[in-house]
Amino acid sequence: MATKTYIQAIAEATIEEMERDKSVFTMGEDLRHSVYGATAGLVERFGEDRVLDTPLSENGFFGAALGASLCGMRPIVETVTSFLWVGMDQLISQAAKMRYMFGGQAELPVTFRVRMFYARGASAHHSDRNYPVFMNTPGLKIICPSNAYDAKGLMKTAVRDNDVCLLFEDGIAISSRTEVPDNADLPNGELLVPFGVANIVQPGSDVTIVGIAGGVQHAIDAAKVLEAEGVSAEIIDPRTLVPLDTETILKSVAKTGRLVVVDPAHKMCSAGSEIAAIVAQEGFWDLQAPIQVVASEQINVPYSPALEPLIYPTPEKVVSAIRTVLG
Amino acid sequence: MALDKQQLVEMYRRMCRIRYFEEAVIEIHSSGELIGPAHPYIGEEAVAVGACAALRDTDRIAGNHRSHGHPIAKGGDVNRAMAEILGKSDGYCKGKGGSMHLADFSIGILGESGIVASSVPIATGAALAAKLSKQDFVSLVFFGDGASNQGACHESMNMASLWDLPVIFMCENNGYAITTSYKNSVSVDHVSDRASAYGMPGVLIDGQDAIAVWEATNEAVRRARAGEGPTLIEAMTYRFEDHSLGLDKIRKSEYRTQEEVDEAMTRDPLPIHRSAMINQGFVTATECDEIEATVHSEIEGAVEFARNSPYPKPEDLYEDMWATPV
Repeated sequence: MATKTYIQAIAEATIEEMERDKSVFTMGEDLRHSVYGATAGLVERFGEDRVLDTPLSENGFFGAALGASLCGMRPIVETVTSFLWVGMDQLISQAAKMRYMFGGQAELPVTFRVRMFYARGASAHHSDRNYPVFMNTPGLKIICPSNAYDAKGLMKTAVRDNDVCLLFEDGIAISSRTEVPDNADLPNGELLVPFGVANIVQPGSDVTIVGIAGGVQHAIDAAKVLEAEGVSAEIIDPRTLVPLDTETILKSVAKTGRLVVVDPAHKMCSAGSEIAAIVAQEGFWDLQAPIQVVASEQINVPYSPALEPLIYPTPEKVVSAIRTVLG
Repeated sequence: MALDKQQLVEMYRRMCRIRYFEEAVIEIHSSGELIGPAHPYIGEEAVAVGACAALRDTDRIAGNHRSHGHPIAKGGDVNRAMAEILGKSDGYCKGKGGSMHLADFSIGILGESGIVASSVPIATGAALAAKLSKQDFVSLVFFGDGASNQGACHESMNMASLWDLPVIFMCENNGYAITTSYKNSVSVDHVSDRASAYGMPGVLIDGQDAIAVWEATNEAVRRARAGEGPTLIEAMTYRFEDHSLGLDKIRKSEYRTQEEVDEAMTRDPLPIHRSAMINQGFVTATECDEIEATVHSEIEGAVEFARNSPYPKPEDLYEDMWATPV
């Protein structure tokens, strides 16, 4: 089986979906020259009409994508986490609310591909990991692939979904390679990963580690360190935060009695804190130790290479949290 | 091309429908049956009706917070609109949208928006879909002079002109963004002056004259269908009522003088259209009286329909969130 990078997986998913369905088109900034790596060759393959380089007008073109989706199109919008803020009015007041507000009349099959840059010296304005903000807004599906396989399968599912999907592409995982099967080797001829189904990355019995996006790799690295000491960690990747597969997480905690959540977002009201809250409310009697959330410090992202790495989750912080829950 | 008798009469019928609908909403509000805000469209009827008279059912419109008139002008059902305003289950949005969010996708009404200018990108996107899917519908968005200052408006006009999209930007300039006057908030004499900045035609018209609105819209629609791109139309109009029902503070503030309101109300779009039809020999005064009487009873029926419609059930709360279930 071939290994592919996360970004190759996204590019493949885009091409396959655009080939399959003529109503799928892409729009965003600098697509023709593929500044963010996933849109190379699309103009040559599909023509300018289906690969729209937009002006720098996030509020305008996010809204235009929504309007086009109301009239039968299925836009894929490429953007960056920090630019979501620029288009927030359309994302919150329109994308998230139109369907419910109009009594179910609206279908909004739009996929926002949102690159999440961080830990690369990009400083405060280009290092946002802001998916929790959107979890707090009903009406948006939140997808956080941690590897190439899921990136491809979830992206294809998102394009076919009839609701607004925000797919957060983790910048620290973007060049990582994972085995991604060729379509010819798949029973249905294509890779689709369903929403709301967590992936048990590895089974274990002593502690449950839930990793989100790039946090999954930290969980894997930490588990390796502790494996040498005889600790058996079960690692769970929820893959989608809305919908969230709480059942798999609760089942795992029922087995291990201990939970560590690894979330690259800022800690307050994070995906990690929500998962901790769910387990505290619904799995309290299974717990043998207080839940630990390893998330980014509640401060802005500093520039200096001496400071920036200190704020994010690391395998070392995860190891330390696991030791805490093991007592 | 000119409007025939049937079209002119239908325009008058719809203007009356909006006027009486809004009068009923005001009455219902004062009786305490309507709890949320509602923004009467009285005085501006000629804009919605003139514009929609130039559209087909397949064409799309989007509106704003002051948007009871837009769906009615497009051919919307007053029963369902009134039921929605009362939060009832037979409402257009099953009681989930209310006064600022009427929508009827089956006749191209893509919905109203409570956030000023936020429908402008939506309508622009609808036009983008028409272009990309090679369908010949156009889209038209109603927005006010206040909205014209929002970035969403400028961004949309730039994209629409850049991509030659079949969209009509219909600015209803009623002179005030709540209490802030046009002259205190817009840097140019007319919103339509801004069209040249985007390389599209800007047309300034009398928004109290439904026929003038139709003429300008008709030409903009022709351009749009021919692939010639967007048009910005600025219809000069006036809001005869206050900004929103229930906002007594605004009613008592002196942001506009009584003289100004009285002067503006001498140019009521309903008598203007009625006289034009009679003077041109299309109808008699008696026929107009009959239309008015019919629409009055239609609106009474709508109020009764809305009052009799049941409220949504608690279990309806969780419906309509997702198109693809989670």
